[in-house]
Amino acid sequence: MSTRAESDFALPKRARLHLGDLALRGITGAAALTILIVLIWIAYKVTEQASDAISTFGLGFLTSSEWNAVTDQYGARDLIWGTAVTSFFALLFAVPISIAIGLFLSELAPRRLRGPVGALVELLAAIPSVVLGLWGILVMGPFLEAHVEPFLNDHFGWIPLFSGTPSNVGLLPACLVLTIMIVPIVSSICRELFDSVPSDLKAGSLALGSTRWEMMRSVAIPQVSGGIVAAVILGLARAMGEAIAVSQTIGGTARTGWSLFGSADTLASRIANQYQGAATHLQQSSIAYLATILLVLSLAANLSAALIVRRIRRKLGAR
Amino acid sequence: MTDSESRSERDATGGESADVVLARSQAQMAEIAAQHGAAPQEGKPVVLGLENVAVSYSGHEAVRGVDMNIHKTLVTAFIGPSGCGKTTLLRSLNRMNDLIPGAEVRGKITYHGHDLNATGVDPVEVRRRIGMVFQRPNPFPKSIFDNVAYGLRLHGMKDNLNDRVEQALRQSGLWDEVHKRLKSSALSLSGGQQQRLCIARALAIEPDVVLMDEPASALDPIATQRIEDLVAELKNDYTIVIVTHNMQQAARIADMTAFFSVDVAESGARCGILVEHAPTVQLFTRPSDERTEAYVTGRFG
Amino acid sequence: MSEEANPLAVVTKRSRRRKRVGVLMEALATAAAILAIVVLAIVVISVARKGLPAINADFFTKNPAPVFQTGGGIKNAIVGTLIMTGLATLISVPVGVLIAIFDTEFAPRPVAEGIRIALNVLAGVPTIVVGIFIFGVLVVGHGQSAIAASLGLSIVMVPLIARATEEVLLLVPSTLREGGMALGATRARTVITVILPTAVGGIVTATIVAVARGAGETAPLLFTSSIFANSVVTDVHQAMASIPLTIFVDSESPSVADQQTAWAAALVLMAGVLIMGVIGRALSLRTRRQIERAR
Repeated sequence: MSTRAESDFALPKRARLHLGDLALRGITGAAALTILIVLIWIAYKVTEQASDAISTFGLGFLTSSEWNAVTDQYGARDLIWGTAVTSFFALLFAVPISIAIGLFLSELAPRRLRGPVGALVELLAAIPSVVLGLWGILVMGPFLEAHVEPFLNDHFGWIPLFSGTPSNVGLLPACLVLTIMIVPIVSSICRELFDSVPSDLKAGSLALGSTRWEMMRSVAIPQVSGGIVAAVILGLARAMGEAIAVSQTIGGTARTGWSLFGSADTLASRIANQYQGAATHLQQSSIAYLATILLVLSLAANLSAALIVRRIRRKLGAR
Repeated sequence: MTDSESRSERDATGGESADVVLARSQAQMAEIAAQHGAAPQEGKPVVLGLENVAVSYSGHEAVRGVDMNIHKTLVTAFIGPSGCGKTTLLRSLNRMNDLIPGAEVRGKITYHGHDLNATGVDPVEVRRRIGMVFQRPNPFPKSIFDNVAYGLRLHGMKDNLNDRVEQALRQSGLWDEVHKRLKSSALSLSGGQQQRLCIARALAIEPDVVLMDEPASALDPIATQRIEDLVAELKNDYTIVIVTHNMQQAARIADMTAFFSVDVAESGARCGILVEHAPTVQLFTRPSDERTEAYVTGRFG
Repeated sequence: MSEEANPLAVVTKRSRRRKRVGVLMEALATAAAILAIVVLAIVVISVARKGLPAINADFFTKNPAPVFQTGGGIKNAIVGTLIMTGLATLISVPVGVLIAIFDTEFAPRPVAEGIRIALNVLAGVPTIVVGIFIFGVLVVGHGQSAIAASLGLSIVMVPLIARATEEVLLLVPSTLREGGMALGATRARTVITVILPTAVGGIVTATIVAVARGAGETAPLLFTSSIFANSVVTDVHQAMASIPLTIFVDSESPSVADQQTAWAAALVLMAGVLIMGVIGRALSLRTRRQIERAR
């Protein structure tokens, strides 16, 4: 017989509030809330600093290519153009390369090589952007100016992209540096995506007599196409937002023009170069306006990528 | 034991001993198998010839000592307990084992007299002629039409695409159920329908041989019945090799049956071996090996 | 099908073409991977070759020489980076881990999803914009400081730590969680005494990776700690030198001596970052295996 009284086992009438639980829930919840607060605060603060320029120039800021500290007139058009061109070409080079690397790591590479090669590609992402920019301006730039750009100019100069005078700065070195930065990001996502294609599906295609490439092209890539789009958008966001390496390699003279050679500028790069040394308050505010535009673009890109991923997860879960 | 086997067991029970019950079900299976004839292989040319074939994965032998001939327009079943290498052997018939790193095929597999594994033989060409249906239906996430058309487009058989697709779907008995919604997703079909779609997909490219790896094991009994009926029809045009864990199924649909068993070495290593290959009715009435007899009478496995 | 000719031969033009296309595509994919590795090698070797000549004891122990004088080193930048990154780590690790705990233990599913999206959005904010933000909040009216810079770095590091910690926490088998609570421990106690210790390896890894990232960030420092003295500063209310900024400024300088400094500083930074990256990756594989063994 038990020596303990029955009352020992009686349940308390009300559940005891566990202070520890409440405290932990409170602290962690506060930390999570901080994220939201910081996000909103960033949007607010940047817009606030831009408010003078916004009220002075309005939306015309987006189409004007003035940038004159003497007359205190500023416009973002050349910079938006520079951002668009560098991001576009960076993606143009990086996306096929990244999908190819993803395919290589997922299907083609011998099993033992997959880890090391994957690690090496990711190591590219670990190089600080300022180091990449340093290499870009002191090594790659001169190389492009001496060997690559003259070649392109001589043979393909009739294409507007390759017109202009070879230079060691400009859109081309900036695009290449951005490509180097985007490839590890997009390729590691692609690799995960291809790994996630059910092997049953792959086997089904091969058993019908397809080559490995045909299987990838008509079964695997379509299967994960949504994810690839999301990865590309993330790469785009990275390219648009990179300030340091771009400012080191691009030259800094804003212009709108088709030539890939010669100095240009982007939104992020101009912010990095001119914000501190802004001559007038309006100039500083205009640069903050640039930052606002950049913020809007990056928010749009990151949110759409996140929504695509959510939609994919829902579809997979529903099956 | 499958549902049908235990059903016939229960029918037979009435206080009789297990041996009598077992003998009775074996007799029933022999009766069913008799429909295929005592020597169905006579007069049929050999499509696939296996000579002392062994398959190993990274050094571990999965199956060995396989000598057999697979004859044209017959259904050959591979039966035996699990782990005896039936699926492994099946996959080497269309070079699907190439996809597994460390897989090695020794011995000789000939297709119409030509070595399947000779250097210079492209697995892609092998698989066009020797198709495969998998254990779990694996339709592509495309429309029903595009699933069947996939192989046709691949191999440039695009003339009369619509007719070819219809023909394949009719052959697999799916046409009536889907002809009004060919553009809808293949994934909206039931399991049994998806499997018949996979069969249509394989038949569309007009293979010579169709390999089936337990095609009905993931399906309910009614869908299973339909697949079995389908196999019986298809054998008029195709050579079929089917792996099954269900002896009654083999009795019902296979002309020839190969029984595999597991050989355990002193080291504990398990390897599949071919025990006996004969006309199905012979395997069930007069098996020449006692292991076969033990299996078909249900004394083990 | 004729049985005299080899039925397995590649006969049609079409199948020959398909085979060639397949081989070509696979070659291109391999070439892409090789290209990435070659580029990595080129960059690393360039930095090593150009930076090595300037690496000596002085480089680490002396402050920059006055203008027009040679010699000197980047001691102040090294100290500055260590202090600012250290401070940022002290801030971001607790915050990141707490967020991860909230997401995995307490938040209902839609809230957790929202927070994950917010983390991804925050991680995607261009670092230069973060710099402007911190400038507006902390530098305007107060002047530059290492604290401001550290907070900027924290904003970059917190999402990294939070996401990685969440992954590790999700790997911890629920049987451990249930075991603790079945014994009557409160949720908080279970988290602190059972789950966190299991996940600690993963958290350390996440920290190492985030530190490697934070040490190399330049943009958050640009407006918060860019006007600094040429000597070591330890007061966190002052601006401090940093390695990334040294590289950034010197890389655009026409002076060869400055460029040399930039290369050497880049070598130091890259070596540190790459080593931390390799250690982090190795640790992460080990932790994952450990946790999976516990399943």
